[in-house]
Amino acid sequence: MRSVLAPRISLVIYLCMLMLPVYWLINLSLRTNTDIMAGMALWPHHPTLDKYRAIFADPTWVHAFGVSLSYVAINTVISVTVALPAAYAFNRYRFVGDKHLFFWLFTNLMAPSAVFALPFFNLFYAVGLFDTVWAVALAHCLFNVPLAVWILEGFVGGVPREIDETAAIDGYSFPRFFIRLFLPLIANGIGVTAFFCFMFSWVEQLLATTLTSSNALPFAAVMTRSYSASGMDWSLLAAAGVLTMVPGAVVIWFVRNHIAKGFALGRV
Amino acid sequence: MSLVLENIVLKSGADIVIDTVSLTLRRGVMNVLLGPTLAGKTTLMRLMAGLDRPSAGRLLLDDKDVTGIPVRKRSVAMVYQQFVNYPNLTVFENIASPLRVARLPAAEVESRVRHAAALLRLEPLLQRMPAELSGGQQQRTAIARALVKRADLVLLDEPLANLDYKLREELREQLPPIFAESNAILVYATTEPTEALLLGGETATVWQGRVTQHGPTSEIYRSPLNIAAARVFSDPPLNELAVEKRGGAVITAAGRQLPAAGVLAGLPDGHYRLGFRCDDVTLGGDGTGFPGTVSVTELSGSESFVHVDVGTGIWVCLVRGVHDWQPGAPAEVSVDMHRVFVFDIAGNLVTGRS
Repeated sequence: MRSVLAPRISLVIYLCMLMLPVYWLINLSLRTNTDIMAGMALWPHHPTLDKYRAIFADPTWVHAFGVSLSYVAINTVISVTVALPAAYAFNRYRFVGDKHLFFWLFTNLMAPSAVFALPFFNLFYAVGLFDTVWAVALAHCLFNVPLAVWILEGFVGGVPREIDETAAIDGYSFPRFFIRLFLPLIANGIGVTAFFCFMFSWVEQLLATTLTSSNALPFAAVMTRSYSASGMDWSLLAAAGVLTMVPGAVVIWFVRNHIAKGFALGRV
Repeated sequence: MSLVLENIVLKSGADIVIDTVSLTLRRGVMNVLLGPTLAGKTTLMRLMAGLDRPSAGRLLLDDKDVTGIPVRKRSVAMVYQQFVNYPNLTVFENIASPLRVARLPAAEVESRVRHAAALLRLEPLLQRMPAELSGGQQQRTAIARALVKRADLVLLDEPLANLDYKLREELREQLPPIFAESNAILVYATTEPTEALLLGGETATVWQGRVTQHGPTSEIYRSPLNIAAARVFSDPPLNELAVEKRGGAVITAAGRQLPAAGVLAGLPDGHYRLGFRCDDVTLGGDGTGFPGTVSVTELSGSESFVHVDVGTGIWVCLVRGVHDWQPGAPAEVSVDMHRVFVFDIAGNLVTGRS
């Protein structure tokens, strides 16, 4: 009896601790500011969706949400598209400096992105991309492309070379082989990679706020600007916070099977 | 109508992987490449297919130089030792794959795939995915794909090595007639001398990146031209003995003197290496044989292979019936001097069995 119960109880405790901050955020978002300032409540006594309504009614918030989703989506597409041929080449071919180049990609992950904020700002300003979703999407490639190459390389390595050769013997041209036969074989890897790119781009704030001013202000930047003369709108911020978690949860829901397989197979 | 390899050399860095191989592989014959693992059989096949480019030499298909032509442009089909299929396509689409690439009309694809599937008894499995098949079925799918293409050159790289015993026997019987119909140049790599003999046709023995002998399979078995070919074509391993002939006697490395009987009688004086197979020796004798001790006994149904340590090496003797010789037991091995191959010090055949 004990052997069955003990792990379950510890699992429940573990999950409760994990979910506590999330729960607290949701709890706050459903209460009014007066209620929040009045004292602690383990659950909202008079739950209200007013703040969510306020966010959806305000074009600034809605626009910012769209901006965040756009640059994350663009970045994910660019990162995966660029990383696929790179991962294939790193795995399948030997060329001068291949190992050094592979390692060099990682050095991009070692530097804090703040280091690159200034050059990026100057560069994108010069080419007229400042304050567009493209600036942020391209800047996030800095860390997402190496990550995507690294994850995908592991998955490419999981496909036997003989499959490539058999396709060549069968007469497939390389592009046709790559798209028709190879990509479906590493679909799990692509799913996992897209998820990670999405996640890292979604949570990154420093570059996103530095490279935008008004037109392409990301969601989290709007959050930080939502102080008012009357002070902090706790409830509104909490509602916005809950909303930022929604896309991540949706993406996880869609790629959960890929991720489970990906964790088992590849290099995650 | 043939595939000709002309002085093919393959280097990998400083290593010579394939050393000046010249071979003529004819159409309509089973061309067997026989050699131990890592001898270079697979490498040779990859060169024939065009998957790798030779460092030197030419490859002629029906008198046309195809050396530099990439594999995608060649008429080649290949079956690997590991079962290679496209995991995301059904068995039908796997077999149809080369035809789809060639943009054949759907009706033609359908009829060719059905025909190949019927020959390899895959008909009930056509809608399955490769992962849902047994190893034998997966390999039959790969063979069917090689068959439908009607390629000029069909390469079978130890296709049966990873299959279980029963299936191997069955497929080994079925394959030659199936492919004989196709009029392709057939190349079949194997490590097993018995498989080469069962397949018949012509054999090239491969040893350390060289072709040591090429000719009709049974002829190579009966008279190997050099000790490398004899070793490759002997399973269990060739029994060997180094001797010196002086006058009317032969002296072994251990200092034993024997009368120069059998094929040894007519030899000029000098140093030789004798090679003989397990069925050319008998266990027991009248005291004139080679004394030794039993090291291992392998039982294979109606026969036993007794490994005897005779001091200069271990010899394998074939004994009819099941005998349980205990390791360490004393034994005497008699060699039929009419049935030995005599090689010179360089390993070339001097005289064969009489």
